[in-house]
Amino acid sequence: MKVLVPVKRVVDYNVKVRVKSDGTGVETANVKMSMNPFDEISIEEAIRLREAGIATEVIAVSCGVAACQETLRTALAIGADRAILVETDVELQPLAVAKLLKAVVDKEGPKLAIVGKQAIDDDCNQTGQMLAALLGWPQGTFANKITVEGEKLRVAREVDGGLETVILNLPAVITSDLRLNEPRYVTLPNIMKAKKKPLEIIKPDALGVDVTPRLVTLKVVEPPKRKGGLKVPDVQTLVMKLRTEAKVIE
Amino acid sequence: MSDYRAPIRDMQFVMQELAGQARVAALPGITELSADLVDQVLQESARFSERVLAPLNQSGDLEGSVWESGGAVRTPAGFQEAYRQFIAGGWNALPFPAEYGGQDLPKLVATPVMEMWKSANLAFSLCPLLTAGAIEALLLRGSPAQKQTYLPKMVEGVWSGTMNLTEPQAGSDLALLRTRAERATDPVLGDHYRIRGQKIFITYGEQDLTENIIHLVLARTPDAPEGVKGISMFIVPKFLVNSDGTLGRRNAINCVSIEHKLGIHASPTAVLIYGGDGEDDATAIGAGAVGYLVGEENRGLEYMFITMNAARFAVGLEGLAISERAYQHARDYANVRIQSRDLAGGKEAVPILRQPDVRRMLMSMKAQTEAMRALAYVVGGAMDGARLHPDSTERARLGAFVDLMIPVVKGWCTEASIDVTSTGIQVHGGVGFIEETGAAQFLRDARITTIYEGTTAIQANDLIGRKIARDSGATARAVIAEMRSTEAELRGASASDGEGHLAAIGVGLAAGIEAFADCVQWIADHYRSDIKAAHAGSVPFLKLTGIVAGGWQMARAALIAHQRMVAGAGGASPDQSFYQAKIITARFFADHVLANGHGLRIEIMSGASSTLGLADEQF
Repeated sequence: MKVLVPVKRVVDYNVKVRVKSDGTGVETANVKMSMNPFDEISIEEAIRLREAGIATEVIAVSCGVAACQETLRTALAIGADRAILVETDVELQPLAVAKLLKAVVDKEGPKLAIVGKQAIDDDCNQTGQMLAALLGWPQGTFANKITVEGEKLRVAREVDGGLETVILNLPAVITSDLRLNEPRYVTLPNIMKAKKKPLEIIKPDALGVDVTPRLVTLKVVEPPKRKGGLKVPDVQTLVMKLRTEAKVIE
Repeated sequence: MSDYRAPIRDMQFVMQELAGQARVAALPGITELSADLVDQVLQESARFSERVLAPLNQSGDLEGSVWESGGAVRTPAGFQEAYRQFIAGGWNALPFPAEYGGQDLPKLVATPVMEMWKSANLAFSLCPLLTAGAIEALLLRGSPAQKQTYLPKMVEGVWSGTMNLTEPQAGSDLALLRTRAERATDPVLGDHYRIRGQKIFITYGEQDLTENIIHLVLARTPDAPEGVKGISMFIVPKFLVNSDGTLGRRNAINCVSIEHKLGIHASPTAVLIYGGDGEDDATAIGAGAVGYLVGEENRGLEYMFITMNAARFAVGLEGLAISERAYQHARDYANVRIQSRDLAGGKEAVPILRQPDVRRMLMSMKAQTEAMRALAYVVGGAMDGARLHPDSTERARLGAFVDLMIPVVKGWCTEASIDVTSTGIQVHGGVGFIEETGAAQFLRDARITTIYEGTTAIQANDLIGRKIARDSGATARAVIAEMRSTEAELRGASASDGEGHLAAIGVGLAAGIEAFADCVQWIADHYRSDIKAAHAGSVPFLKLTGIVAGGWQMARAALIAHQRMVAGAGGASPDQSFYQAKIITARFFADHVLANGHGLRIEIMSGASSTLGLADEQF
C-alpha cells in the first residue's frame, strides 16, 4: 500500500521566535526553517512500514511556498520515495491544507495518511482530524504505536489517562505523537540520492481547491514578560498574599 | 556542560562569500554541488555532531580509554555506538573517491563537516582523522591489489587506519628510527616483510571500535641507507586479510600500554610492539609482524609527506574547532552569570556579559575563531582548485598558496586556540578552574594540537625554509599583492561607511601587511647568511603570517558584509544583524590582534641576538 505523509516547513525548534514589529505575525525572513518534528516522526514511521514490507511507496507532500522543496528534500533524504509540493504563496490554514491533502489522496490513492499531530508553529492540531473527516476515513490520533493487521490498523493512542488502543479499518488517517518512534539520522549517501528522487510541483488550482484564508489574524503579540519573584518573610504572609493578591486560595 | 551548536550561518558565509563555493562547484570533476545540497549536508552533519558526538565529549574525557590486560583497549561508554552510527551515516566516506565507496565531496565541503566533529568531540574525531590519513597514503601509493583489499573497508570505516612514525628515540627527527623490516616469503602469505620494533604515540593504535586496524608503519630494511633516505612504508594489519577479503590470523602486534595524557583522554594513544615477545598468542606467526611494502623501498618518508598537507590542515581545523566550542561555552556562561552592577549604573546585579573586560575576552575569542575559520576554509577551497582547476597556471598558483598557508593554518590556528581556550576559562572565573564546568577540558584538549603532526617550530621551519626562502619570498609577495588590493577596496568603500569601521580595518590591515612584507624580505635576505637568526624568529613569523592572513580574510568579510548591508538597507533582519556583527568583529580583529604585528616585527627582525646570546652553560 501507498503511504502519504504531509510535511510542514516551520521555524526550527531551536530558534527563539520573534514577533514582527508591526504585529502581523512572527519573523520568518532569514530564520532557520526545518521540518516540523512531528512530521519527521511520521516519515520515519512510514519508512519503517516500508522496510517491514507493509508499505510499497512513501509519498511526502508539502503545501506552501517554493522553499518547502527543501523540507521535501529532507523527507526524501530520510527515505521517502517521492515528493509532491502543492505550491502557493497564500497563507494556508488547517482547513485549506486538509482540502489540498484530500485532493492529493484522491489523486494518489494511498491507504494510509500519517499526519503530525500538530505543527510547532501554530500548534493547531486540526489538519489530521479535518483530513479524516473530509475523506470519511477513520482516524487514530496521537498515535503511540501502530500495527497493521491485514485490512485493519491497531493504534495505541496517548490519552490523558494512559494509552488507549483502537482498531481502525483501512484506509485511515493517523496523527503521530512524540513517542511513536525516534527518527533516524539522515545518512550522507541518502542526502546525495535525494537529489535524484522525483519532486512534483502542482498548484492548488490544478487540484480544484480554494485555499483562501477563512480566519483573520487581528494581532500577534509577545506573551507578557514574566514578573520578578518576591520573597516573603513567613508562611502567614505567603498565605495572605495568595489569598488577597494572587487570589488562588479562598 | 553547555550544548554545542554548529555555527552554520558563519560557515555558509565563509564558504560562499570568502572561499568561493560557487567556483569550487564549477570545477571539472565536481558534480552535484548545489547550494541546497551543501546546506543539507551541513544541517545533517550538525545534527549528528550536536546530538550524538557532543554529549559524549565530557563523559569521554572523564572516563578515558582504558588499557586492559591482554592488550585490549576499551573506549569510553557510548563511543562504540556513536562510531557505529557515524559510519552507518556514511560520514567517514565523505571526501573519498566513489570508486571505493566514497561520496567524492570536495575539501571545501569536508572542511566545515570536520570542524563540527572536532568541535563536538575532538577525541572521537581523531579515529576517522587517522583513517583518512592512511587512506590518502594508500590512494596515492598503494598497489591496485592493496587498494582493492583495504580501501573499501577503510572508506566505509569498518576498518580504521593509523600512522606509525614515532619511536622513543625518534620524534621530530625520523632519521633516528630503528624499526626493522626484513624481506620474507611464505607459501600462504607470499612475498612480505617481517616487522620488529617499538612504536609510540600511536593515536587509536588499539581500540574496540572497528573490526580491523590497518597500521601504516615506517621501518628500515636491512640494507637501507642511513637517515631519512632509508625509511620505507609498510601496511601492517592487526588481523591479516585472507585472499577472499575475510579476516585471518591475528598479526604479531601488541599494545603494551596507552599513555596518561593532559587531554584528549578518550583517544587511546598506544605503545605498540611489532614482532611479539614470544610470550603470548600474538607471536603465533613467529618472527615478526607481517607487513607489506607500500610503493618502493626507502621512499616511505616521501609518501608520508604527500599526506602531510591534509593531516596538518586537519590539525589546524582542530585549533579552530576547539576555539569555537570554548567560545560558545564562555558566551553562554557570561549570559547567565549574574554578578556586579552595570558600570553605567543600576541597582541590580547583571550578567557578566555587561562587564567591558568580559566583552573584550569574548570578542577576542570570537574574532580569532572567525579569522581562523575564514583562513582555513579559503585554504580548503584553494586545495580543491589546486587539484581540479582546468588551467595549469591557476592550479600552480593555488598550489603555491596552499603550500604557503598549510603551516600557517596548522601552526597559527593551534597556537591561537591555546590562547582562546585559556581565555574561555578566565571568562568563567573560579568555576572555570573546576573540571566539572567543562571549560578546562577545551584547554587540555587544545594543548596537544601545537605538538602533534609537527610542532609549531616544525611548521615555522617549513614556512621560512621551504615556503619563503626557497623562492625568495615570491609566493608570499603575490599574496601580499592580493592583500593590498583588499586594503585598497576598503579605502574605496569606507566613504559609504558612516561608522568608520572599514577605514579603521584598512589602517590595521595596512600596518599588518607592511610588517609582514618587511619580515618576508628579512627572512629571504637572512635565511642563507644567518640561518640561526632566521630560525630564532620563525615562530613569531608564523604567528605574524597567521594574524595578517586572518586579518586579511576578516577584512574581506567586512567588505562583503558592508555591501550586503547597503544592499538590504533599512531592515532589522537577523541577516543584517549577522553582517553588522561581522564588521564589528573584523574591526576588533584589526584593533586588537593585527595591532600585534608591530611587536612581532621587532621580535623577528631584532630578537635573535638575545634569543641566541647566552652560552649553553648559562641556561
